[in-house]
Amino acid sequence: MNIKTSLMAATMLGFAAAAPANAVDLEVTHWWTSGGEAAAVAEIANAFNEQTEHSWVDGAIAGSGGTARPIVISRILGGDPMAATQFNHGRQAEELVEAGLMLDLTELAEAEGWRDIVHPVSLLDSCTVDGRVYCVPINIHSWQWIWLSHAAYEAAGVDVPSNWDEFVSAAPALEAADIIPLAMGQQPWQSNGAFGVIQIAIGGQDLWNSINIDKDADAARSEQMAAVFQAAANARALSARSTVQDWNQATALVINGQAGGQIMGDWAQGEFQVAGQTAGEDYSCLPGLGVNEVISTGGDAFYFPVIDDPDVREAQLELASLMLSREVQVAFNLKKGSLPVRGDVDLEAANDCMRKGLAILEAGNIMLSGDQVLDADTQTQLEDLFVEFWNDTSYSPEEAQERYAQIIEQAR
Amino acid sequence: MAVDASGASGDVPTVGQGARSNGPENRAPAKRPFQLFRNLNAKIASIPMVATALFVFVGCTLWTVVYSFTGSRMLPRFNFVGLDQYERLWSTRRWLVSIENLAIYGVCSLVFSLVIGFTLAALLDQKIRFENTFRTIILYPFALSFIVTGLVWQWILNPEFGLQRTVRSWGFESFTFDPLFTPSIVIYGILIAALWQGTGLIMVLMLAGLRGIDSSIWAAARVDGIPKWKTYVFIIIPMMRPVFVTALVLIAAGIIKVYDLVVAQTNGGPGIASEVPAKYVIETMFRAQNLGQGFAASTMMLVTVLIILIPWAYLEFGGKKRG
Repeated sequence: MNIKTSLMAATMLGFAAAAPANAVDLEVTHWWTSGGEAAAVAEIANAFNEQTEHSWVDGAIAGSGGTARPIVISRILGGDPMAATQFNHGRQAEELVEAGLMLDLTELAEAEGWRDIVHPVSLLDSCTVDGRVYCVPINIHSWQWIWLSHAAYEAAGVDVPSNWDEFVSAAPALEAADIIPLAMGQQPWQSNGAFGVIQIAIGGQDLWNSINIDKDADAARSEQMAAVFQAAANARALSARSTVQDWNQATALVINGQAGGQIMGDWAQGEFQVAGQTAGEDYSCLPGLGVNEVISTGGDAFYFPVIDDPDVREAQLELASLMLSREVQVAFNLKKGSLPVRGDVDLEAANDCMRKGLAILEAGNIMLSGDQVLDADTQTQLEDLFVEFWNDTSYSPEEAQERYAQIIEQAR
Repeated sequence: MAVDASGASGDVPTVGQGARSNGPENRAPAKRPFQLFRNLNAKIASIPMVATALFVFVGCTLWTVVYSFTGSRMLPRFNFVGLDQYERLWSTRRWLVSIENLAIYGVCSLVFSLVIGFTLAALLDQKIRFENTFRTIILYPFALSFIVTGLVWQWILNPEFGLQRTVRSWGFESFTFDPLFTPSIVIYGILIAALWQGTGLIMVLMLAGLRGIDSSIWAAARVDGIPKWKTYVFIIIPMMRPVFVTALVLIAAGIIKVYDLVVAQTNGGPGIASEVPAKYVIETMFRAQNLGQGFAASTMMLVTVLIILIPWAYLEFGGKKRG
């Protein structure tokens, strides 16, 4: 690392004699590779390159978080850490922090008063282990949305639904017009996420809390939960003809009007923007499937692995501070379609859907995200369960519910 | 070549030993060196390799087995939890599906590789024209990695633009062949790709074996009026035993470690219908950050291999000592 840094520095000196000696290259890994995501992360990179003397080395890892995280973790454990890396804030990096592999940001956080500016403050709590801050929350992403294509409903000759029940009853008309009612990607995290959204919409927040936070297996076996599984089985039938893999391919089906809707987090919005569509005209969004208007406040955070070089450490702190600055928060989140983590920024350019999200956030109808309450092990088990459930029509809702309850029983 | 060597040493095992004891040492029996110091240079030279083998293979295997009884999560920790990891493993649907897939894939891959490989070799052995060309064509897929093979076959088997679409465009509108999107037969879709990639090598091995058979055997069989197929089944194949053992070991190793092909072709899908044990191990260790569970799964893989290997090794090597 040292050799590499000094080589870089030497090269830079060769090209521009004015470059200061302690400018360093920070390698930042993340899994933001779709069109909207890449545009958003470029905002941070540009700000970092322009406002500091350091430079951003982009370490995008294609695939999804499921592909990228093992690579990131094995690099950190293997003694080849990057300077900063994305994780979903919550428990994904828990053990890395406990093992002392992440840079302690507490001093910076106290100096800049993060506890006062981060809103909701639970985001900062998820970055905090034993009273010390280890990550910078960067955005709020919520899963609880369904995206509807106006073109598809027009072609089928029905009104655009305003809640889940209408969506289900409009499905036969779409089928008749040879349109897939519900677009679904086949990746495990999508299956798990979509189920979670249906769970919140049909089962309500109390049920969700008692299962996911209190790990109450009886609640997971309850009648209410059986209704949720039945609804998911119905949704499975609606998505039967959707065979795409990636989430943005499924979103593309909605954008092109080949599918009626997609249950997906608000990052899907970036794709609509890249495609030049306008919220309210070309597509609509229903938070909480139009039934229970709550959004989860999970999202992404950046962690800074410990690197034994004071110059790098300095640059890491500068990057951390920059990520939370007003300008970056606005620029990044507008491109990404996510909500800023600061309550005190003004999103004038926010579109229809983002405003809905901001209003819900303002009203305090928020919940924790799955990543914040369940560890990676339990999440993976749930993903395995639901990816099988969504793809295998012979997997009955009752069987799946029993397995679900078992996983909740084992969860820690 | 391999046939001759092992055949000879199997028949006359005592000759070599006898010759050795009549070596130059016999002329000076008083200074017979201590056994350990014979070929000292060679032994010293092999110490690093022996140490590496012991440390890396035996040591790490034992370490893995021991830690499979712990509740290690992302980092290995020594908190003993008994058989919990194994209980959880065998109650996980995904693991059971993986094992079932491996069994189907293993049996089919073994049988088809050997049968197709031998048949192709026998056909090529008929002194046909352009033998080199055919051999090259059939061996070529082996030069591709499993990842490339998987991608190619993912496209070929894709109903939207692959085989199914092509046949339909010829006028067979109702033709349906989309194994990768049908959970019940997806593992056969993977099997097809694996056979396409792997049979070439088996064929070449078999061909080498066939070429090693003395032509006088064929002449003798012809004189006795034995039909050609009978000669192959009852005379040639038993003579090619060492080649079959080599092929068997290669195929078996390929079966146990099948991973990249699945990742490239289906990534375990649809649902979890094409999951395999190696993928379960990797994903529980690194995605689910549950080392203990991953170690338990890999230990089970090791046990499976040993269950097959030990009786075989006993038959193969134990028999010779007695005989």
